[in-house]
Amino acid sequence: MNAILQRRLAKDLLMRGACVAATVLALIPLVSVLFYIARSGIGGFSWHYLTSLPAPVGELGGGFGNALLGSLVLVGIASAIAVPMGVLAAVYLAEFGQNRLGTAARFAADVMAGVPSIAVGIFVYGVIVLAMRGFSAVAGGIALAILMLPTVVRTTEELIKLVPSSLREAGLALGVPKWRVILKVVVRTGAPGMATGVMLAVARAAGETAPLLFTAFGNRFWSTDLRQPIASLPVHIYTYAVSPYEDWHHQAWSAALVLLLSVLILNVGARIITRQGGELR
Amino acid sequence: MISLAQEAAPVETIAQPSGVGSAPQTITTATPPVEKMRAESVHAYFGKTEALKGISLSLSERRVTAIIGPSGCGKSTFVRCLNRMHEVVPGTRVEGRVLLDGVNIYERGTDPVRVRNRVGMVFQKPNPFPAMSIKENVLAGLLLNGVRVKDAAEVVERALVQAALWSEVKDILDRSGASLSGGQQQRLCIARALALEPEVLLMDEPCSALDPIATSRIEELIHMLGDKYTIVIVTHNMQQAARVSHHTAFFYLGELVEFADTDVIFTRPSNPRTEDYITGRFG
Repeated sequence: MNAILQRRLAKDLLMRGACVAATVLALIPLVSVLFYIARSGIGGFSWHYLTSLPAPVGELGGGFGNALLGSLVLVGIASAIAVPMGVLAAVYLAEFGQNRLGTAARFAADVMAGVPSIAVGIFVYGVIVLAMRGFSAVAGGIALAILMLPTVVRTTEELIKLVPSSLREAGLALGVPKWRVILKVVVRTGAPGMATGVMLAVARAAGETAPLLFTAFGNRFWSTDLRQPIASLPVHIYTYAVSPYEDWHHQAWSAALVLLLSVLILNVGARIITRQGGELR
Repeated sequence: MISLAQEAAPVETIAQPSGVGSAPQTITTATPPVEKMRAESVHAYFGKTEALKGISLSLSERRVTAIIGPSGCGKSTFVRCLNRMHEVVPGTRVEGRVLLDGVNIYERGTDPVRVRNRVGMVFQKPNPFPAMSIKENVLAGLLLNGVRVKDAAEVVERALVQAALWSEVKDILDRSGASLSGGQQQRLCIARALALEPEVLLMDEPCSALDPIATSRIEELIHMLGDKYTIVIVTHNMQQAARVSHHTAFFYLGELVEFADTDVIFTRPSNPRTEDYITGRFG
């Protein structure tokens, strides 16, 4: 009897040890990426970077304020397109989508989620950049929106489906029309979760480089004109990191740190919204 | 067509028409009941499955009608046909007529939303809106419809008093509806339905998720509400049907087997299947 018990305890210990070891292994790359970027980014970081333009080639100093602003503009355009479209599509899929159109849309969204981002960039280049005869913030925003859309659609749909059908029925039985039940009961109950899904999509879009290379292109000056090329943090990081100048490498690290922190802030923000929403509305 | 054993004015005795109905009897009540709703050969389908095979029965105004029968006999489906909630599930269909004050609620062009405003419903599992406070839950039927409630406090108090919940929650009206106990949540759901001042209240096994104490509170409540509203209650529990209802319908496999005054059903049912069920031989 005792032997069996001991063997079980040994097995338990072994398995638990394996789980802990795997967790630690998985944490190593995560933590080291964060640590490495933080270390390299903070060294030589200056607030000046956030507010000034890149210096002309050959000169020291300068910053990436225009890239930070450009990223905000691009992500703003992308969210303005992808969030309403994605949420409405998700409501359709969850509430009415038990048909061929729904199946097709779901399949398309799944495929789209797996399309390499550079392919999306080429598509937007072919369809919009060529038609507009030039790189532009709009083209970049659209490319990011296409990348965000599948994430927004599928996460939102799953969250709407999680809202118990008993709440839907409660609303309907109170003589509330279906559209109001969807809007005020289903969407509102699922809203905190949806915010998380949207934030994840935004965070992903904010970090995309490939689709911006030949859509928004880049710009060494301040620009808010949506028809003109615009700078962005990921492209800035890319350009500076592959350059031969030591000074630019430092800036690339700092830009990477700023990008990382922005995404972190978005995620934390989403969590706070989720927690508040879960309690109240 | 099975008709309800009619209650007659004093002294008079009315013989039942022959058929599956109950035996002749005398009941003395001051006011004879008025028919509030009437189902006429209602068939309900889930896809190709026929869940109700032609139900006809009449519901009297300000009376409690209980619907009993084994699981899967169509009790719930039937009450859901009375406020057009059956069709909410995809792939379902209803045939036949349901009259509310003599008007068919399945008439082409009738808005199910209007029907549900007049025929309220309480579900098996308490389902208060978790994102709303107790007060908002009571007002939900109005708030969700975008109605600005002027005398909100009054409406809330009246509905909660009627649902026998006021004394327990009057100081915590702003707390979440989900923070209440199961029995309180169910009474909150009843209050939510009553706030709309419905004419008919459908209750689909309102006590099956509750403990005996909460159950007896709901039963008392049904008893009180029976004077004011036309109530239909679906129940698995035969003692409950006997305790709270004036009339009882026994459903079996999607058919109405017997419909009569509750004491008749439980003391001298005319159909052997009813007797088998209420004596516990099956079901």
